[in-house]
Amino acid sequence: MPDQSRTRIRTLDASASPIVDISALTKVYPGGLTALDGVDLRIRKGEIFALLGPNGAGKTTLIGAICGLVTPTSGSIRVFGHDLATDWRKARQRIGLVPQELSTDMFDPVMRAVSYSRGLFGLAPDPARIEEILRSLSLWDKREERIMALSGGMKRRVLIAKALAHEPDLLFLDEPTAGVDVELRKGMWSIIDEMRSRGVTIILTTHYIEEAEEMADRVGVIRKGRIIAVDEKEALMARLGRTEAHIALAAPLQVLPPEIARFSVELEDGGTSLCYRGGDGTGKGKAEVAELTKALYAAGIDYTGIEIRESSLEDIFVSLLGEGEQ
Amino acid sequence: MIAWRSTWSIYTRELMRFLRTAFQSVLAPVLTTSLYFIVFGAAIGGRMPDLGGVDYGAFIIPGLLMLTLLGETTSNSSFGIYMPRFTGTIYELLSAPVGVAETLLGFVGAAITKSLILAAIILVTARLFVDYTIVHPFLALIYIMLVAAAFSLFGFILGIWADNFEKLGIIPLLFLTPLTFLGGTFYSIDMLPKPWDTIALANPIVYLVSGLRWTFYGSSDVNIWISFGITLAFLAICVGVITFIFRTGWRLRS
Repeated sequence: MPDQSRTRIRTLDASASPIVDISALTKVYPGGLTALDGVDLRIRKGEIFALLGPNGAGKTTLIGAICGLVTPTSGSIRVFGHDLATDWRKARQRIGLVPQELSTDMFDPVMRAVSYSRGLFGLAPDPARIEEILRSLSLWDKREERIMALSGGMKRRVLIAKALAHEPDLLFLDEPTAGVDVELRKGMWSIIDEMRSRGVTIILTTHYIEEAEEMADRVGVIRKGRIIAVDEKEALMARLGRTEAHIALAAPLQVLPPEIARFSVELEDGGTSLCYRGGDGTGKGKAEVAELTKALYAAGIDYTGIEIRESSLEDIFVSLLGEGEQ
Repeated sequence: MIAWRSTWSIYTRELMRFLRTAFQSVLAPVLTTSLYFIVFGAAIGGRMPDLGGVDYGAFIIPGLLMLTLLGETTSNSSFGIYMPRFTGTIYELLSAPVGVAETLLGFVGAAITKSLILAAIILVTARLFVDYTIVHPFLALIYIMLVAAAFSLFGFILGIWADNFEKLGIIPLLFLTPLTFLGGTFYSIDMLPKPWDTIALANPIVYLVSGLRWTFYGSSDVNIWISFGITLAFLAICVGVITFIFRTGWRLRS
């Protein structure tokens, strides 16, 4: 359930002009691979947008095209109103990127690496700001250590610190928690939440659907270079979510009585189990299951157990990819 | 409009990288230069006649300087851009609001600084072995800076062109070093028999060594303005190639 402030941000910005406006973006690599195939996408100010997709779907290419690492074949990208083809300096000034790979100069001490990033983006040195960033990422005690001496999780934090050093308004996180343990992943989520609370718009790609479910305001699903779904996370779940309930019957049934058959149910396991599939992601399914149990009781059909499960974002994601495949 | 802070960041970072490998970058050339002086200056030089009124030991100083500068500048700048490509850290440069001007000024500025430091160290080292006077010190300084700029750009192109370590080393090893040795580092072109004295003029390094030698002693194999002209032309070609690379993203952007 989203908190009120999060809902407010979405409500406020839904009507505002997008800070990222991508139209008909296509990228065909020299070998002929179409990595992006007419992508249209708009990102709102202040949101966390999760871009989901299987390996090779085009997530990193899309981020690369916005950040200047990939030259698009056609289409347009506008960031904060600046056309990236002509006005890229102003646009890039406000973008931060945390790459998927742990790519940083391993010989540099943390402090120098982060200060360099700030300078590279044309900002005056600000030791106080760098200290604030390092402290927020629990890197202050490691500031004089060479990056090569840090653990994988710490290295990823350094990359985040480098991306934040020039105080971007838009931050790209490409698989921010890839290869990190559960505890550190949750730590990352809180860091991302903290960044959002400062007004930074965040676009992240992830393989962990749980991550998108936990943090994202909106979700986009990309497959074979095409965006096949974009929606508010809750709206997506409401639209595509389902409830599944298995009711173990005390005695097997051969035929469903009419008062039970009106529900979206079927008999399973030789009539010993009743399966309900229906509802949506808003709780309608649970209410119907409650009604169903009352109807069973009224019809004198006894049962010994109920197993109920709401579909997750992962189920929806897998189902969307399956539909795209067809 | 050039983003000077970005340029300064690239410049200082490159210098830090140079200092990080100070042993390799500074002490190795000093040792090599000393060895050249011991072999060519002391052991062989004593039996050589003066060349254009210049003692042989002093004669080879501009050539040795050029030999070291070309090798070090090229390899330093080629590694400077190749390693970020190899390790993936190039993403930061490519995603920053910096263009070809800031990148080149940062890298080339650092390469020139390193070259001047190296030149100073080599000249001081040479002083321990032979007495010499630089006739046109200001022009020598300008010339060293021009050559350093041109070859740092050349190294930059190599670092972008190379897609493995072998390619990175092949041009300096198979072309640059032999051409420098054959470019009048240890002899005057006039000393070559015909037709080799004419063929030698096809070697661009001859003009560089000759130009620097003129700034040192006021005489050279080739007219100084031709040397300056060729150095500037090489510099302009490299700038053109790199501008093309940045505009098109060749080997930088996918």
